[in-house]
Amino acid sequence: MDDPINPVRTRPRHSLLVRLTHWINVLVLLVLLGSGLQIFNAHPALYWGHASTFAEPWVAMTAEPKGQRLAGYTQVGGLKVETTGLLGLSDGQRRGFPAWATLPGYRSLAEGRRWHFFFAWLFVFNGLAYLAWGLASGHFRRDLAPRRAELSPRHLWTEIRDHLALRFPRGHYNTLQKAAYLAVIFGLLPLMVLSGLGMSPGVNAAWPWTFELFGGRQSARTVHFLSAMAIVAFVLVHIAMVLASGPLRQLRAMITGGEAPPPAPGAHP
Amino acid sequence: MTSIPRRGLLAGAGSALLGLTLAGCDQIGRNPGVRATLARAEGLTMAAQRLILPRTALAREFTPADISPDFRANGSLRPAGTAYQNLVANDFADWRLEIGGLVERPLSLGLADLRARPARTQITRHDCVEGWSSIGQWTGARLSALLEEAGLKPEANYIVFHCADRLDTFAEGDRGLYYESIDLVDAFHEQTILAYQMNGADLPVKHGAPLRLRVERQLGYKHAKYVMRIEAVESFAHIAGGQGGFWEDRGYEWYAGI
Repeated sequence: MDDPINPVRTRPRHSLLVRLTHWINVLVLLVLLGSGLQIFNAHPALYWGHASTFAEPWVAMTAEPKGQRLAGYTQVGGLKVETTGLLGLSDGQRRGFPAWATLPGYRSLAEGRRWHFFFAWLFVFNGLAYLAWGLASGHFRRDLAPRRAELSPRHLWTEIRDHLALRFPRGHYNTLQKAAYLAVIFGLLPLMVLSGLGMSPGVNAAWPWTFELFGGRQSARTVHFLSAMAIVAFVLVHIAMVLASGPLRQLRAMITGGEAPPPAPGAHP
Repeated sequence: MTSIPRRGLLAGAGSALLGLTLAGCDQIGRNPGVRATLARAEGLTMAAQRLILPRTALAREFTPADISPDFRANGSLRPAGTAYQNLVANDFADWRLEIGGLVERPLSLGLADLRARPARTQITRHDCVEGWSSIGQWTGARLSALLEEAGLKPEANYIVFHCADRLDTFAEGDRGLYYESIDLVDAFHEQTILAYQMNGADLPVKHGAPLRLRVERQLGYKHAKYVMRIEAVESFAHIAGGQGGFWEDRGYEWYAGI
């Protein structure tokens, strides 16, 4: 975008569209997670394949008598652990995830679905705007695609050592950071949409590949759950990295745009 | 570089966001305007699915080897009341399906009559709104043939299924009775049948004997069990809660393709 008055005006570290779609995504993903856990709580068990094998879920959250009282249990494969207060039983109620993690907090599959599908549409529109802009503006090519030199084992090893020492380069994304963002943007987030569509009987009839891709509707539900958990893990690491690398500077840059990056990539401050 | 007002602003915004997400969401969710807005996504979902989903596209049909040995029954498992118990006791010999409303020729059909009508057998996946799925084989009369026999009047837009079970015993009058409705696209779909058989045997009571709707391509709650009467209507606004079905009156989507 040429400015006739200030032709050499530098661009901000984060462009307006990246900042806007990022913060919309924060809100949208929070609502999708809470309402998703509400929906999960309607049947807190997971299976593989087309149909549910009720006697043999691979993940199940249950409440069962333990002595005089009920206890919450979580079973994953052959492993079963007590998770009273968190999973299976919380606040004296049988429920997969506890009230503080679900939207709404009280039990309502109908309302959970309303929240989920409304915000799923927002997620898709927001994501499409981001993808279209990222391609058109060169954001992906310029800021996210790793350069050849960044992929050398020597460089990666240096970056890993820097990360372990909590030393982070300023300005440009480092290679590990690029890899994480690319995996989320082009891997996990599209997988959420696909596995979500894989559970829809209407979409399944129109596009049978949406459930065949996963090996069945129950597999799609499992993948939907696992990729949601993977996104939660990413967000936790993402927040930890912000905290470790100057949270105020990082937050301000993500809100106001921040200072322009230095001209040469990879330079330490 | 750090300016204090900005720092305060950020901290304030952060704690406001946290407070909003933890305590405020239930408050927001109870607001009627918010509810109405959230419900709008249903129209978008239905429009999008109707756009990609040809009228004639079939739901995937499975093989006998895929049939679930543990097909779960949900909702009513046995309607209460002597009327239904008498029907069961007599093997539904006295049961009759009434087809009326906006039709040229109202029908009253017994099970033998239904078995003599054009039939279809399909092995399909039943997707409960709760998230589980079971696969079963269904044999039943094709709804399209029955509606053609009765002759729909031009103003008929929806087909309503009135059921024998009272699923909500606390609700007054007809509001506690199970019912469902579908539009004519789904009513005339090839796989939309009134099933009297499941997995090759008479439909069990817990799965809706003597007759249940199969409307593949939508969630389980649309598949009304214990169907007693079929009514063609212009609008379902006057029936029970006015949303087109028992669960729809309780906040679930009328279009259950998702």
